[in-house]
Amino acid sequence: MLDFPRWKKVSLWLIAAIAMLASLPSLLSFTTVHWPDNLYKPMVNLGLDLAGGSHILLEADQTQVAAQRLENMEEGVRQAFGNAEPEIGYTEVSTASGRLSITLENPAQVDAAREAVLPLMNGAGLVSEWRLQVLDTNRLVLTPTQSGLETAIASAMDSATDVVRRRIDALGTREPTIIRQGENRIVVQVPGLQDPQALKDLLGQTAQLEFKLVDDSPDAAALVQQGIAPGGSQLVPGAVGGDYAGTVLAVRRLGGVRGDSLTSAEATRDPQTNEAAVSITFDSQGAERFARLTRENVGKQFAIILDDEVISAPVIREPILGGTSQISGGFTVQQSTQLAIALGSGALPVELTVVEERTVGPDLGAESIRTGVIAMTIGTLLVIGLMIITYGRFGVYATLALVINVLMILGIMAMIGSTLTLPGIAGFVLTIGAAVDANVLIYERIREERKRGRRVVAAVEAGYREASRAIYDANMTNFIAGVLLFMFGSGPVKGFAVVLIIGLFTSVFTGVTLTRLWVAEWLRKSRPTDLRI
Amino acid sequence: MKLLKLVPDDTNIKFLKLRVPFYVISAILMVASWVMVFTMGLNYGVDFSGGQEVRVTFVGQEEAPVEELREQIGGMGLGEPVIQRFGDANSVSIRVGLPEEVEDTPGAATEIGNRVIASIQANHDNVRRDANETVSGKVAGEFRSTALYALMLAIAGISLYIWVRFEWQFGVGALFALAHDVSLTMGMLALFQMEFNLQIVAALLALIGYSLNDTIVVYDRIRENLKKYRKMDMPALLDLSVNETLSRTVMTSLSLLIALVPLLLFGPASLFGMTACITLGIFVGTYSSVYMAAPILIWLGVTTNSFVQVETAVELQEKKARGEA
Repeated sequence: MLDFPRWKKVSLWLIAAIAMLASLPSLLSFTTVHWPDNLYKPMVNLGLDLAGGSHILLEADQTQVAAQRLENMEEGVRQAFGNAEPEIGYTEVSTASGRLSITLENPAQVDAAREAVLPLMNGAGLVSEWRLQVLDTNRLVLTPTQSGLETAIASAMDSATDVVRRRIDALGTREPTIIRQGENRIVVQVPGLQDPQALKDLLGQTAQLEFKLVDDSPDAAALVQQGIAPGGSQLVPGAVGGDYAGTVLAVRRLGGVRGDSLTSAEATRDPQTNEAAVSITFDSQGAERFARLTRENVGKQFAIILDDEVISAPVIREPILGGTSQISGGFTVQQSTQLAIALGSGALPVELTVVEERTVGPDLGAESIRTGVIAMTIGTLLVIGLMIITYGRFGVYATLALVINVLMILGIMAMIGSTLTLPGIAGFVLTIGAAVDANVLIYERIREERKRGRRVVAAVEAGYREASRAIYDANMTNFIAGVLLFMFGSGPVKGFAVVLIIGLFTSVFTGVTLTRLWVAEWLRKSRPTDLRI
Repeated sequence: MKLLKLVPDDTNIKFLKLRVPFYVISAILMVASWVMVFTMGLNYGVDFSGGQEVRVTFVGQEEAPVEELREQIGGMGLGEPVIQRFGDANSVSIRVGLPEEVEDTPGAATEIGNRVIASIQANHDNVRRDANETVSGKVAGEFRSTALYALMLAIAGISLYIWVRFEWQFGVGALFALAHDVSLTMGMLALFQMEFNLQIVAALLALIGYSLNDTIVVYDRIRENLKKYRKMDMPALLDLSVNETLSRTVMTSLSLLIALVPLLLFGPASLFGMTACITLGIFVGTYSSVYMAAPILIWLGVTTNSFVQVETAVELQEKKARGEA
């Protein structure tokens, strides 16, 4: 038990040395000494609660994805029926209860209708995304399958994550972390942000731009007055604070152009009115569709709709063929800048809502580190004092082990790239208090064995041997609690768990293994006949 | 220099003699704790209740205008705000709950947060925003359930481990000790109306691990003594085991306390609740390992003969490993 072959001694010291060295770059970052960049440089990351910054959890509304998908399907089916030879007539289309149901004029066209619909039903993947049923001989019912819906939500979330990343990059923030979480959430972490309001506004904006024709049927205006949407149209309110605030327009539901296919968007000023505006450029496909819309409807009024609100509704004077356009409608300069970023980074395929936000100012974070380190230092000194006055020489060994322990935890955290959070500081303090428990157990046992009259070496051996069982069990229960803490915890709490778990291993290594090495060395060299412990 | 001995040699306190009164006291305290939790309620922070908590410092001001803020934010129709000093005298934390009717609206908490902050900033131009936490009703609900699961899983997992490593009676004893520690700590959280948030749950989980350390050390010694002193009667054997490990119990609890107290006094204000909870829990945990975990073994029918076979099997293995068999 007290014999250490040379290789064992060397490897123990090596492990301790490597882990301690790895803590150096992190420690030096608080001083003016610079760790050379071309060397291996493991660093402990500071959590947002220490470094300052914003943590924002965004949630997507899944039902919206389903609704959007249904609408796309409806448009696709209408188009396919119109293009069929001969044209397939239908009397009623409904999207109630999440299904698309189409009643055909002529039951004899059922097979033709089925042929027309089939190509629309298969997405890119292998899963069947829709189920087609024929009811009452003339009604086609398309139901989205669960797996199809899941695929759609997953891909919407993927592209939403990309959009979020592009928008945050456009804001010029440094080192943001953007991670998809669970089925319908995105975590955004941006260090060093004092006021995340601009960021939240930007992420909260879906930026779904649509160009739709205003319903010019004779009775439309009267119906809008009564708050009823004319057939084939929908009512869209004017944007709050914009030129059309307070009004409601009836616009044609189908046949418009979406702004998904923009290649760029820039904040500019309207050359005539000097009003803040956003100029947009379509990609070739979008440009073509936009050209067709404007060419076929010269003289008519169309609405520019952003996130289901009308921004403006100009009259089309001439076809717009170049694929560029300008949107204005009573924007402030700030609004137009934000809109340009939002449009340029693409529309969010689904609306995102902030469901959790935690922001810590850099001042508070720095203050937490300062007071935390002071408290930790005082605590460590007190524990060291207690150990030395209680166990003498053995207390010094425990102290040495404690210092190595703290450095090793820091070093291992740096090597695995984990994050030190505010609760993590509490984790360090707790570990410092608890780490000496192993030493206490061993030393108390040695005291007992000496009292029972065992000789020095035998007592020390028995101390280490008999105490190790309880040390093992005690650490296992802490480990169980630590793992649950890690699994359940959100960011800051995870940081606490990481320190505790690493601390369990390093505490046993330093408090049991290293002290045993030192005690053995001392016993071998000075061969004491009595122990002061 | 003479070395310090906190617990004198040959200490022999008859802990077990008083086990019945202490059990009665513990039972009363446990019941009282839960009565307090249910009548006074826990002071849920935004993590669990949803809503908004903002910490602001009034720069250049001696003291934060708490009363004024209370009136101003209370008048916004969002219910009574909780305003507490936070760290320095000119810093406060302002907490506004989530009205019940918008609990399920995802963006409601953010919106309320924006309004509260705008209102404070409109009336005071020397406000520095230190931190802000906004949690929606749904996320808060998820935190509540995961916290509960984690706590129960930890208690169950640890008890199970003790059962496997020792015997079922010890597992049950550990379960009782843990239930006791968690109950009393919760009772104190309710009594002092300390903010109950994710950090406190983390503290409770850590506590479950550490409070059991003492119990394990005592149990380990009981197991050892059960083999050594086959003829001793149980109360005496338990007393002996608790006394033999007493100096270690005192030393470890003391070292934890002296490490934690500076954090409590000088550490970051945001860690106060968590540290206080762990510190309280260490007292409770030390008490329970002496007065709950050990005596309960008598009631569960552990005798010096209970474990002979099991113990020898384990022992044989250990001896073999040491080459003594």
